[in-house]
Amino acid sequence: MSERVLMEGSAAMAEAAIRAGCRFYAGYPITPSTEILEYMSVRLPEVGGTCMNAESEIEAIGMVWGAAGCGVRAMTASTGQGISLMQESFAELANAQIPVVTINMCRGQGDYFQATRGGGHGDYRFILLAPASAQEAVELAQLAFYLAEKWRNPVMIMGDFLLSHTSEIVEFPPSTYPALPPKSWAITGAKGRRGITLSPLGPSEKLSTDLATTLARVIDKHAAIKVEEVRVDTGYLDDAELVVVAFGFPGRFVKYAARLARDKGMRVGYVRPITLWPFPSQVIADIADRVPAIAVFELNAGQMIEDVQLAVLGRAPVHAIGGISHDHSGFGVGPLLSVEYILKRIEDVYPRKAKVA
Amino acid sequence: MSAIPPAGLRTQHSGLQKVFSPTDLLLNSEHSLCPGCGEPVALRTILELIHDLGVRDRTICVAGIGCYTAFPMIMDVDVMQALHGRAPSVATGVKRVRPDAFVFTMQGDGDMISEGLQEVIHSAARGEQFTAIVFNNAVFGETGGHMTAATVLGQHTKTSVGGRNRERHGNPIKISELIAQLDGTAYVARAAVHTPSAIKLTKQYLHDAFRSQLDSKGFSLVEILTMCPTDWFVTPDQGPAFLETKLIPTYPLGVIKS
Repeated sequence: MSERVLMEGSAAMAEAAIRAGCRFYAGYPITPSTEILEYMSVRLPEVGGTCMNAESEIEAIGMVWGAAGCGVRAMTASTGQGISLMQESFAELANAQIPVVTINMCRGQGDYFQATRGGGHGDYRFILLAPASAQEAVELAQLAFYLAEKWRNPVMIMGDFLLSHTSEIVEFPPSTYPALPPKSWAITGAKGRRGITLSPLGPSEKLSTDLATTLARVIDKHAAIKVEEVRVDTGYLDDAELVVVAFGFPGRFVKYAARLARDKGMRVGYVRPITLWPFPSQVIADIADRVPAIAVFELNAGQMIEDVQLAVLGRAPVHAIGGISHDHSGFGVGPLLSVEYILKRIEDVYPRKAKVA
Repeated sequence: MSAIPPAGLRTQHSGLQKVFSPTDLLLNSEHSLCPGCGEPVALRTILELIHDLGVRDRTICVAGIGCYTAFPMIMDVDVMQALHGRAPSVATGVKRVRPDAFVFTMQGDGDMISEGLQEVIHSAARGEQFTAIVFNNAVFGETGGHMTAATVLGQHTKTSVGGRNRERHGNPIKISELIAQLDGTAYVARAAVHTPSAIKLTKQYLHDAFRSQLDSKGFSLVEILTMCPTDWFVTPDQGPAFLETKLIPTYPLGVIKS
């Protein structure tokens, strides 16, 4: 059994990535993702890997592109602002089917749209994982490299200031994921074979120009990922009169608030999507058929609520109980992230008929 | 109108000896670029050297975006296609994880000097062990003749109508001289492909750049001036003279650092 250690979330994720086989990291310092770069710059050389303190986020993702395209497990990290700069490469990495992993340590939760929709061009998708604790982040970091190579699709892990900077007890379980097929797509030098091209612009075979088929293959994966890769944490759903949906670190606060609400006699359940794409739409759709009301707690002006509404399709009222919430720096945790506040908002929207029961 | 005789008949009657054939690293003998374009000659020269140096099996080309983006599909070496301006950072990632590979980038002046100038500067300063090749025709060829950061003063493009003007459009960047200043660079040269002797020198400079990479001496860059008659708005046969009289006064040929 692996040892239990006290680590900041960002360092724990970096260590988990290395243990998952990550041997190349490139990043540009930006709060609150900087600690990942710091950790990698010390730890990666110890295991024979390379850490690049890139001169911009655009170059960081370019370097990761090159390393991952050679078949090496490679990662970058940033926050929403730096992620904005990487969008062109993100879009085309998906088209080129290069399995990069990105950690996106957001400032608050205002970058949900950016992360789930993507700010780049074209019909691409990132698999998006949203851990709520350092331990889950460790496990999702391991999963991220597996999923990226399984689907040949980029994977992003979306955290926040709290996850990055909170020290928690973690352990690093050994990987139990099955072996993946050889990376015949990787650029290695064409020893003993015809050269190949790894490109977002067309097929890998020389003299072929069939871009349409190549892109169709990229898009066809999306349906299969939606079926196979949904992950969600739920609780107290069986008798719930109100279900609160929340993601990431605030999802832990909601879980606790749901318990307190039950102590007060309100039958509150929770849904915490672990994969934001694919979104657990079916889980929420099933709830909407039998629960009087749904609420969404997120620290932004209302972003994930659109995915919830799409799943509910008008079958139940969907209440926004979060909001924009920043501290004075704009980086950290704002006043709305409090169990008392969440509880009060739950009381505000709890279905009236259940309250008198 | 007389019919063109079949190819077999022509060779049969020519009585000429075959003295040249393209390298087998060029997968067909065709390209989709314009008549009079200089880039195919530069590509052939690069591939001949890869063959001659015996590095084909460990060659990784990182290609940028321009007319030459048609080349990866006809080159029998491994190619990673980068985005516009981004080849140097991608090549950095490649070379860092595959230090035994022979890595070179292909970019145009729009790609390297306009869009991605920061990338090539930092790669050079870090002394990355790859060879950057820039096809400089002083114009955005693929978009149809627009001004780049390398368009020379007085040069007419669709966005510098009447000629590039210092006050209105600023000055061209001499990428080779700029990169040569940086401590991480081992070899920098500027070549051209407008005459047979210039092509021969291009091959020499590329050879020396490749050699310096194989000897792990640092970053190397070869700027190759190429003809673009289409977007210089001249006929293909006027291309070489245009290069000689309009480009070379701003971009003198030769080894700049070795």
